[in-house]
Amino acid sequence: MNLTIRPFLALLGKEVRSFFASPLVYFVAAVFLALSGYYFYTNLNAFITFGFGESIVEHLWQRLFSDIVRVVITVIPLVTMGVFAEEKHLGTVELLYTAPLRDFEIFAAKFLACMAVFVVITGSTVLYPVLIYRIQPFDLSSLLSVYLGLLLLIGAMVSIGVFLSSLTETQLIAAMFTYGAVLLLWNLSWNEAAVPGDLLGIVTQLCAFDHFEPFGRGVIDLKDVSYFLAIITLMGWLTMRSMESRQWRGRR
Amino acid sequence: MIQAQHLTKDYGLFRAVDGVSFRVGAGEIVGLLGPNGSGKTTIMRMLTGFFAPTSGTCTIAGIDIARDPREARRMIGYLPERVALYPDMPVQGFLSFIAKVRGVEGRVQGAVDEAMEVCGLTSMARRQIGKLSKGYRQRVGIAQAIIHQPQVLILDEPTVGLDPRQIVEIRSLIRTLSGLATVLLSTHILPEVSVTCSRVLILDKGHVIAEDSVEALTEKTAGRGETLVRVTGAEADVVSAIRGTAGVEDVEVLERGQNGMLALAVTSARGGAIRSHLVRTLVDGGWPVHEVSPRLMSLEDLFVDILEQAGRAERGA
Repeated sequence: MNLTIRPFLALLGKEVRSFFASPLVYFVAAVFLALSGYYFYTNLNAFITFGFGESIVEHLWQRLFSDIVRVVITVIPLVTMGVFAEEKHLGTVELLYTAPLRDFEIFAAKFLACMAVFVVITGSTVLYPVLIYRIQPFDLSSLLSVYLGLLLLIGAMVSIGVFLSSLTETQLIAAMFTYGAVLLLWNLSWNEAAVPGDLLGIVTQLCAFDHFEPFGRGVIDLKDVSYFLAIITLMGWLTMRSMESRQWRGRR
Repeated sequence: MIQAQHLTKDYGLFRAVDGVSFRVGAGEIVGLLGPNGSGKTTIMRMLTGFFAPTSGTCTIAGIDIARDPREARRMIGYLPERVALYPDMPVQGFLSFIAKVRGVEGRVQGAVDEAMEVCGLTSMARRQIGKLSKGYRQRVGIAQAIIHQPQVLILDEPTVGLDPRQIVEIRSLIRTLSGLATVLLSTHILPEVSVTCSRVLILDKGHVIAEDSVEALTEKTAGRGETLVRVTGAEADVVSAIRGTAGVEDVEVLERGQNGMLALAVTSARGGAIRSHLVRTLVDGGWPVHEVSPRLMSLEDLFVDILEQAGRAERGA
């Protein structure tokens, strides 16, 4: 194996393992799945009662997934809050900083480990469409696009959480700020009437909801994909600056 | 093996380390000695690449840490000041993680087993780190530092917070390691350096204020020519007899013990040369002599002395 990537893989492996070895992730998954199961049941019920025969994409998946995003927003801070804050608190971050690892690799390992958690958790929601598909086959392409959108959205939100975790030693502070940041990002344009017309364009450009919504309609637009990738890149860059701050702050 | 040149580190306006230069040769055990806040940890963090110096360079085994941090870090084993471990991980799992991150080539399990063996952790392999005693946690800290068989070991206060028995164990462990690597350790406990180190750098307020071998430092203090005498007898008689001995300048009573045992400090311009005369005087006087020896300054005294000298030089300048 390439020796230069081995330390990175070791760190990634440790991050993933420590997530799945701790009870937190299972509690998060349990709450997430209970809530998303409830949303699936209620949305399906509404669809059967009011929307049957209409577009399943518009009347079921879009609604279900915007509900699921709400649950995702609730649990993201719990997963990301510790990635740096805990290591800073324990002092173990010093082991990472003095290991032959690049700062970028440390960020990437933390980020990808959180993503692994969410891939497992949100991946298990595939059960719902599979159940429907067995009863009534439907067009899968829009479903694939909504999962792609969800992955990108979670990626952006996780990167925000990872960055905020790198700013503090206290997990709860990281969690609270992450919660505020991702909720605002999602809801920025919720009341279009409250935003002056010339600002509205900017606000909707910045709002995660407006970039996620097309995926729910089965539309994959490069503009939306790059919006999420830009957030991840920006947060990665900021996290690395935050890691570098040990240089002038003289602290972990 | 370790070379620091004009290392300086500023934290904002505060200069924590100011133009420190030193070398540590292959196989040496060198102690960084200084009060808390004298810059020991900052120097070690610069050597390990935790952060970069404001100015100056560090070279590890000929590799400039600023130029090739990854390669230099591969050469270093590091025990941070606050031994930082993941409490949820078992000893074995943690060490194998560190081995992989540190780029151990070949069999990771072999390296883990060996490090556990050297540090006496084999029986604790499956134990969770958080459930270990402090002494064992310190061993895990040292095990993670040596696991990739580094050429350079940097240990920041390796015995802090341990009980006396554990301190003895860790010190002998460090001495064992000296055959395998070059060791730089920091401490604010003076006996530690005399027990473990071959050379000492004494730091204060970010400066190296003294650098010498432990023996040379001890000798310097012995050079004042004081002799310690322990003898049983009436104080007035003994003191006047010693005063009458050729070459003696002064006598000071240090201790009046039980059963009439006295501890005296005898000063002479001729140093140790008067000791045989002293013994004759005391034996002729019929006083039981328990000890006649050069009066060594303890390292504590030495340290205070050096600091005072440095302070005087500063004020004079």
